[in-house]
Amino acid sequence: MSKAILYDSTLCIGCKACEGACAERWGLPYDDKIAAEETISAHKLTAIETHGDKFCRRLCMNCLQPACVSVCPVGALQKTTLGPVTYDADKCMGCRYCMQACPFQVPTYEWNAQLPRMRKCNECFERQSAGKLTACAEICPTGATKNGDRDALILEAQKRLADSPNQYYQKIYGLKEVGGTSVLFLSAVPFDQIGLRTGVPQEPLPDTTWRVLELLPDVVSTGAVLLGGIYWITNRRDEVAKAEGRRK
Amino acid sequence: MTRKFPKITVWRAIFAAILASGLYATYLRVRYGLGGATNLSDKFPWGIWIGFDVMCGVALAAGGFTLVAMVHIFNIKTYKPVLRPAILTAFLGYCLVVVGLLYDLGRPDRLWHPLVMWNPHSVMFEVAWCVTLYSTVLFLEFLPVVFEKFGLHKPLEWIHKISVPLMILGVLLSTLHQSSIGSLFLIVPQKEYPLWYSPLLPVLFFISSLAAGLAMTIFESWHSSRAFGRALELPLLASMGRVLAVVMSVYLWIRFLDLAHRGVFGLLLRNRIETWLFALEIGLMLVPMVLLYQRKVRMQPGALYACAVMVLFGLIANRLNVGTTGLEAGSGTHYIPRWSEVAVTLSIVGAGFAIFRAVAHYFPVFEAPSEEQAHEEMGETEADPVAIG
Repeated sequence: MSKAILYDSTLCIGCKACEGACAERWGLPYDDKIAAEETISAHKLTAIETHGDKFCRRLCMNCLQPACVSVCPVGALQKTTLGPVTYDADKCMGCRYCMQACPFQVPTYEWNAQLPRMRKCNECFERQSAGKLTACAEICPTGATKNGDRDALILEAQKRLADSPNQYYQKIYGLKEVGGTSVLFLSAVPFDQIGLRTGVPQEPLPDTTWRVLELLPDVVSTGAVLLGGIYWITNRRDEVAKAEGRRK
Repeated sequence: MTRKFPKITVWRAIFAAILASGLYATYLRVRYGLGGATNLSDKFPWGIWIGFDVMCGVALAAGGFTLVAMVHIFNIKTYKPVLRPAILTAFLGYCLVVVGLLYDLGRPDRLWHPLVMWNPHSVMFEVAWCVTLYSTVLFLEFLPVVFEKFGLHKPLEWIHKISVPLMILGVLLSTLHQSSIGSLFLIVPQKEYPLWYSPLLPVLFFISSLAAGLAMTIFESWHSSRAFGRALELPLLASMGRVLAVVMSVYLWIRFLDLAHRGVFGLLLRNRIETWLFALEIGLMLVPMVLLYQRKVRMQPGALYACAVMVLFGLIANRLNVGTTGLEAGSGTHYIPRWSEVAVTLSIVGAGFAIFRAVAHYFPVFEAPSEEQAHEEMGETEADPVAIG
């Protein structure tokens, strides 16, 4: 029973209240200039994008099987049982593999800091742990951003699709993408038209590297025996040659 | 009082200029962070400090484990004269990779974190451990040279006692992380251009590292023979050139099968930067491979050297393509390294040459050919590794 966010693009009016609430929750500055930026960055962890007369939200998808968590060499990123993917800046050594691995290009970096951190939305882990809603869902005036249990939100989304078939593109984004995400999207038009990545794989990305990593014990054990055996045979030949008193 | 200044030559002047620009770039990196010294961005988090300094650095340092495996495990003693320089190159290579990492990591002061904060699911974690352990192995493998220099016989005996398990460990660790550098990119199937993204990346990276090790050995032997006025071990290097040709053939054949099975040859018809870079990469591997199959080419020092250099450039092109250019389109951005990134990289390479030269000058890196060796070289014929194996 993990938590999720349902973002319904058809209900969004682009008021950017979520951006302001998010900035406040992280203690980040927020003004008209930052509001005008349509990309997420180290100082703006969620952004409303305009696509013609449609809107879309950018935020960390908090994937069910996150690539960032699997690639982090120091375990700074964790998938919590509650749902959010959390980040421990005290562990991070700044290799930025999470940024490279994220299929949604979500993690951002404090490029100009001397002691930089990675920054991303963590689905208000602290608030949700305390039983509160995410800051964005709490402030959203139209209900475009809803926060709740993932299963319940999926049912809710399916109900909306069934109730108003003409109003919606009949799919839920985030259900299957990269094995499922904790942010689900509904839209009036096909998802690529509001900037969502439809080209991402359907399989969980950590599988791609684990398939190889899990062979490690096999490679080590087989390799050690093989190399040891070859060493023994090749050197044994010299010994035998020496013992038999013949020199090559 | 007369002070002796080193003579100013063109190369020394270039070296000094590179180091000076590298120092200024270092100041920018420390003072203004990654943003002040690189063209990296949220969309393009890895540049040439990873693509070249780390990925190429590790590949070019593969001579250490390749030669150790050939000489000590497969017992092909013919190659013994080039073993020590190969180990030295490898050890220096790994040290310089760490230097490159110190520039690239956002928090270089936390370089040690993966050793205490574990995540066995991370390829990077595995690479970090393997590189740390293997650098230690290389240090121990090079120690005998230091002990010999200072006539420390007791420690020399100790280290000889553990040498066999040490060498096997070294080869295993190298196999793991050479391939894992390729595995790093398995997690970006949607980003890496299909000419380079392959489930076989770890296999391809491993085989090409063997080629890099051999080519690097030819390269450094040629240079050190000139720098130190030594005779070139031509029959030995020529035979190594043949092994290199075979390794390259295996590599390119697997590469071909991989592309064929993934059905991406059609991409080669597109007039895109990726197509040209791919052609460059393959050309730089294919041409020397064909040339090295010819005895005439192998037995001519200049041609042999040129082939080795081509292979090296081909492999560098491959690492850079996988690590940077192949990711540009998928990342929806362009990346051209800033001058300061190039300056740091060139400084590291330059420092590598200078340190190698200094160490080879003061320590017995190049052994006098043993009697056994002289016997096997047999005038002008190529030394044949297969005859022994």
